[in-house]
Amino acid sequence: MSLSRREFLKSSAAASAAAAIGMNVPTELEASAATAESGWRWDKAACRFCGTGCGIMMATKNGKIVAVKGDPAAPVNRGLNCIKGYFNAKIMYGADRLTQPLLRMDDKGNFDKQGKFAPVTWERAFDEMELNIRKALKASGPEGVAVFASGQYTIMEGYAAQKMMKGGFRSNAIDPNARHCMASAVVGFYQTFGIDEPSGCYDDIELTDTVVSWGSNMAEMHPILWSRVTDRKLSDPDRVKVINMSTYRHRTSDLADIEIIFTPNTDLAMWNYIAREIVYNNPDAIDWDFLKKNIIFAASPVNMGYGMRRAGEKSVMPVREDGSAGKYTAKEMETYNHEMVHKVSANEAPALKAYGYKEGDDMVNKPAGLKHWEISFEEYKKFLEPYTLDYVAKISKGDPDEDINAFKKKLQTLADLYIEKGRKVVSFWTMGMNQHTRGTWVNTLSYNVHFMLNKQALPGSGAFSLTGQPSACGTAREVGTFCHRLPADMMVKNPHHREKVEKRWKIPAGTLNPVGNQHIMKIHRDIEDGLVKFAWVNVCNAYQDSANAKHWIKAAREMDNFIVTSDGYPGISAMVSDLVLPSAMIYEKWGAYGNAERRSQHWRQQVLPVGHAMSDTWQWMELSKRFTVKDVWGPYTLRNGKQLADVRKAAHDLGYTDDTTMYEILYANEEAKSYKIDMNSFPQKGYDNSDCSGDSRNVIGGDGKVVKGCGFMVHEYLWEEYASFGRGHGHDLAPFTVYHKVRGLKWPVVDGKETPWRFNVKYDPYAAAAVKKSGNGSDFAFYGTLAKALPYGNLMGVTNSEKKPLTNKAKIFARPYMDPPEVPDTNYDTWLCTGRVLEHWHSGTMTMRVPELFRAVPEALCYMNPKTAEEKGLKQGDLCWVESRRGRVKAHVETRGRNRPPRGLVFVPWFDEKVFINKVCLDATCPQSKQTDYKKCAVKIYKA
Amino acid sequence: MKKLWNSYRYLFFRRFTQISLLILYFGANAWGWKMLQGNLSSSTILGVIPMSDPYAALQMLAAGATLATDLLLGVLVVTLLYFVVGGRAFCSWVCPINMVTDFASFVRELIGMNKLTGVKQPASRKLRYWVLGLSLIVSAIMGLAAFEFISPISMLHRGIVFGIGFGWAGVLIIFLFDLFVLKNGWCGHICPLGGFYSILGKFSLIRVKHNEENCTLCMKCKVVCPENQVLHMIGKKSLPVLSGECTNCARCIEVCDDDALSFSLRSMAQNKKTGE
Amino acid sequence: MSKALSDRRKFILNMARGVGLATMSGFIWSAFIDEATAAKLTLRPPGALKEEDFLKTCIKCGLCVEACPYDTLSLAAPGDNKAIGTPFFIPRDIPCYMCTDIPCVPVCPTGALDESSVTTNEKLDINVADMGLAIVDEKSCVAFWGIQCDACYRACPLLDVAITIEYSKNERTGKHAFLKPVVHADACTGCGMCEHACITEDAAIKILPRDLVQGKAGSHYIKGWDKEDEKRLENAKEIKTVTEISKKTAVDSLNSNLLEDLY
Repeated sequence: MSLSRREFLKSSAAASAAAAIGMNVPTELEASAATAESGWRWDKAACRFCGTGCGIMMATKNGKIVAVKGDPAAPVNRGLNCIKGYFNAKIMYGADRLTQPLLRMDDKGNFDKQGKFAPVTWERAFDEMELNIRKALKASGPEGVAVFASGQYTIMEGYAAQKMMKGGFRSNAIDPNARHCMASAVVGFYQTFGIDEPSGCYDDIELTDTVVSWGSNMAEMHPILWSRVTDRKLSDPDRVKVINMSTYRHRTSDLADIEIIFTPNTDLAMWNYIAREIVYNNPDAIDWDFLKKNIIFAASPVNMGYGMRRAGEKSVMPVREDGSAGKYTAKEMETYNHEMVHKVSANEAPALKAYGYKEGDDMVNKPAGLKHWEISFEEYKKFLEPYTLDYVAKISKGDPDEDINAFKKKLQTLADLYIEKGRKVVSFWTMGMNQHTRGTWVNTLSYNVHFMLNKQALPGSGAFSLTGQPSACGTAREVGTFCHRLPADMMVKNPHHREKVEKRWKIPAGTLNPVGNQHIMKIHRDIEDGLVKFAWVNVCNAYQDSANAKHWIKAAREMDNFIVTSDGYPGISAMVSDLVLPSAMIYEKWGAYGNAERRSQHWRQQVLPVGHAMSDTWQWMELSKRFTVKDVWGPYTLRNGKQLADVRKAAHDLGYTDDTTMYEILYANEEAKSYKIDMNSFPQKGYDNSDCSGDSRNVIGGDGKVVKGCGFMVHEYLWEEYASFGRGHGHDLAPFTVYHKVRGLKWPVVDGKETPWRFNVKYDPYAAAAVKKSGNGSDFAFYGTLAKALPYGNLMGVTNSEKKPLTNKAKIFARPYMDPPEVPDTNYDTWLCTGRVLEHWHSGTMTMRVPELFRAVPEALCYMNPKTAEEKGLKQGDLCWVESRRGRVKAHVETRGRNRPPRGLVFVPWFDEKVFINKVCLDATCPQSKQTDYKKCAVKIYKA
Repeated sequence: MKKLWNSYRYLFFRRFTQISLLILYFGANAWGWKMLQGNLSSSTILGVIPMSDPYAALQMLAAGATLATDLLLGVLVVTLLYFVVGGRAFCSWVCPINMVTDFASFVRELIGMNKLTGVKQPASRKLRYWVLGLSLIVSAIMGLAAFEFISPISMLHRGIVFGIGFGWAGVLIIFLFDLFVLKNGWCGHICPLGGFYSILGKFSLIRVKHNEENCTLCMKCKVVCPENQVLHMIGKKSLPVLSGECTNCARCIEVCDDDALSFSLRSMAQNKKTGE
Repeated sequence: MSKALSDRRKFILNMARGVGLATMSGFIWSAFIDEATAAKLTLRPPGALKEEDFLKTCIKCGLCVEACPYDTLSLAAPGDNKAIGTPFFIPRDIPCYMCTDIPCVPVCPTGALDESSVTTNEKLDINVADMGLAIVDEKSCVAFWGIQCDACYRACPLLDVAITIEYSKNERTGKHAFLKPVVHADACTGCGMCEHACITEDAAIKILPRDLVQGKAGSHYIKGWDKEDEKRLENAKEIKTVTEISKKTAVDSLNSNLLEDLY
């Protein structure tokens, strides 16, 4: 569009006149005013994709995003991007964007679970949601209402969702897809440090001498970080070593000096091997001064199962003679039965000897929770004894065609690099260590090695968990959109934490539900058990991304429940749903993300959403208007028998009536209204705000009237209220407006300064304060507060239940090697690993709609070793079946691609709806973190 | 009705054969059928029996290409086939251009074009042998099978089987040429493949035979015949049609109401007489 | 005179006319073919003979097209601006997926697709096929901007052989590296998987017929550090050079009047 000079004068005059009297300029006119000056407008934002958190700039023209560039001022990427980031401008404009609510209906226009989708108004959509939430609350109480949440929520969205779920509906059944992504890292952080998130930052890359990538294909999954690793390697090729630890060869090996291909799950053994090398063969390398001041040793039960369904759960009843049980076939039960009793294998036996098990013993599994206790160093040393090079090499060597001695040599070199005095080491990991039935364990084992060598929380040294999602840290973890969490590392289980939150939210004491166990797999299982009757999918694709997907889709489609999906595009989850809501996508709303180095980054609404799409924040606020104090704050009995008190009376004491809506309490309260719409000043000036002021589309909202917005700056309100939980507790965030001026800040932001290395007295004011207080003169303080008082015992259990405080201390855990629950056998003889490719983001709903990325990688392939292919009578390009005990998919054989598995393992990425590999995967999880293990199950491969 | 069938029965069989072959070829490319793969230049029956265009092979030879065994086998099969059924049976029973030129001929009759141009044709039927010769010379000079690059036959056939591009333009040119410029212009005068099969057909076994005794001299046969110079014996002498230019289309047989024309096998004696 | 041409004269004139017309048509025909086969950018199926011999030998039957499981190959139709009827492929649309059993080659009845050229140790070997050569446009390839792409590299069936990654420091950012794709001409088969995968609007890596891309060093100089290079000597010819200065014989140039200009 080209504006004539006259039109330009007219529109800019109108804009300034309107601004002068505080009126909202019609968006189109305003957009034209801004663009007329240069043709387009640049503004900063964060990349939509991975946890790296690259800064970008968006160009807007005529109300549409037309281009993107890497932000040269962004410290993470300095103007660069990977090819997903390169296409940020294209992700919102797929031809099949959802533009209006869609409901499954019969011919007469009534909701019909078997009906076809047809457009409805927002009002009708919220009517149906309200009706079904009321039904669910009546049938199952708060536990019957669930949300599949996201690590891709903006921080404010996640906080808004969490408030309504936990404060309004009193339901803790809100859990993000981030559960699948880094829950094991979180529990690892909690157990080790007492507080979540990494101690280091990306600058470690430029400062280190050694990068060890454990179960992480950084080259494809964190390309910008990988280019920094590459730069580091180039700057000192002899000194800097790169080691790739993986179960198959991938692109990260390209740069690596050493590539270690190991058998799935044996990372546990290899970490313990390195620890053993330190303790037994290089005791001088141990920094005893550091350990004494800062570290204790700990142990926990080993017979904790694999996070699968347990006997007695509704859907696995009754058990039939043929071995099948409830909704599960006999074949599926073969694996599920390990949940109750596991036979100790020859591989495990040496590692479990110290725990009183020998080969062939039945290990009776019991839910162990997060219980652990302190042990002595001697006990830890005894625990390490079996992890000799011979034992570990024997069980770990992942490539049957590799020479055992060559493999041993590599392990030895790996240990030597860690131990070498003066050598800085960073251990990075992602899904390989997190998606693991012993994910929490292996996470804690990584810190063991770094702690003993005093190579943690130092510039250039440390074990560093990278995240997959753009705001897994920022939203899921920091806001706490997990079933068990509250903002800023608080827990629903902890009465003090609940009290704090209730006070801050101005809701009655006792409102918050203390039982937070409905993690994402549990929500799926609860739907299958018929307990959860209402579920809402937010900013994720819960029906494509969950393992053993057939069961959950069947339950959603065939049982009495109501599933809603809010999305930009029609993915598998939308297809499975009863109601589909069109959501504003990332740059169509104000937002903020937090990346893997604790950097929070904000952006403004760049353009109006397409069609009638509205943001998830708006959707939550609209829904909250439908529920009043008397609707949701009455008494409930939870399924475990626990009572939730009737807090309606207490609500009256707070000045609410029975008819006060949740909207008025949780969102449009007096505090919120103090955050004014101010179109005259930074940062609101010149930018749309559909949530707060409505926009020129005049969308008809949930009340049948034109959306005018909430009338206050809800994003700033949500941010500031959320931030208030962390300030002064080691989670300090800067004020809302500050983030619009900077390229993100790494929290804790104290006195306007970000913190590069936490727990280190030199860099972290909290650590400095803690050491000052304790007076122990340490250079470190692991000041996290969770699980910081432990009983004492030995490997077998607690001997003295009196809890001893461990202020400022971190933990080294004794955690043995164990097999995963499903190991290849003669029938299902191949390991299956799933994951991502660089070109596509997660379930592909966005990237598969970018023509260039679609053409680059149009389908998911089954990567396998040429010898495996030959054994199975397959050749390059053939179609093969990948079949597990749960289901099968067809994929084309790739024997020479980017991923080169050893014999006996195949890799199939999960972005492709048409190669729906999650039908095949096993829904076993780490029993502590509840994170699904997507990286290993047993399959058979045959020609299709 | 019976009369109608009688007058068009061979035409029906020819069209049926032409279209069936096209469908089989098309199906091979589109749906992977194995009956008849390739195209008229070279193909295989059931993936086993090779067939190749001998004229194309001849041009390749002229161009200096080495001929592969598969190709030679295919040439042999095709040569033997047309040796039996009559060389130019290809033209009337297989070639897809035949349908185009027959249609042009039909329209020409319909709109009275023949009356406009008169009986005198502006070109000789020998032209095709010149073109044939020329194609071999050009092939030799250019080092390429010359006719294969301009052949409207392959263009149309390939077009139908593999996608036509602008090939329809070539077909349209032939249609207009036949309609407005020269009666039976392409097939009867220019086409060097027709010329090639005419030469091959001199020796072939199946022949149209004239029985002078039954002839009433109605001359319907001469009117329908696209190569009516081959029917010089009509009403004069009971003879088989020996010219290789006869396409064995059998239009003359079916239009004859008097049983004066029929198919027959060339007698061995005559075969020898023609000096093979 | 014109009325009474003798038969003899008539015959001669007719002959002359025939020959004249034939010559004329022959030239037009040849020119057309020359033009029609001049499309130098055509990519052929694996195992294709040298373009000149290929055009000579290909019978345009389309059996290779029918054998291709990926619909990669087409026969050139009029308007494709390629030698009509010959098989070709456009990698940006559908590349050659490099089937290990190379179904398109053995079906060729004329040997225009030559099995022996894609055979190693008596086994079909697609890796030695030579359909063309990939070249990278460093101006538009985003990897040369510092973008982390390498889509071509990961798409390459001969990954780390035909395309490798060259690492270099990005001095502008001071902490990132360039990961640039480098094509190795001796390994690249020209399958076009890279061109197909390239994420730029118009592919920044393209396949061209090899002889168009590659130059050739003369056999008069052999790399002293590369034993293999001596192979080029096999084609070495007797050396005789002519330049502007040496085109006359020695005697002629000594006797030339150049001498007068010398003083």
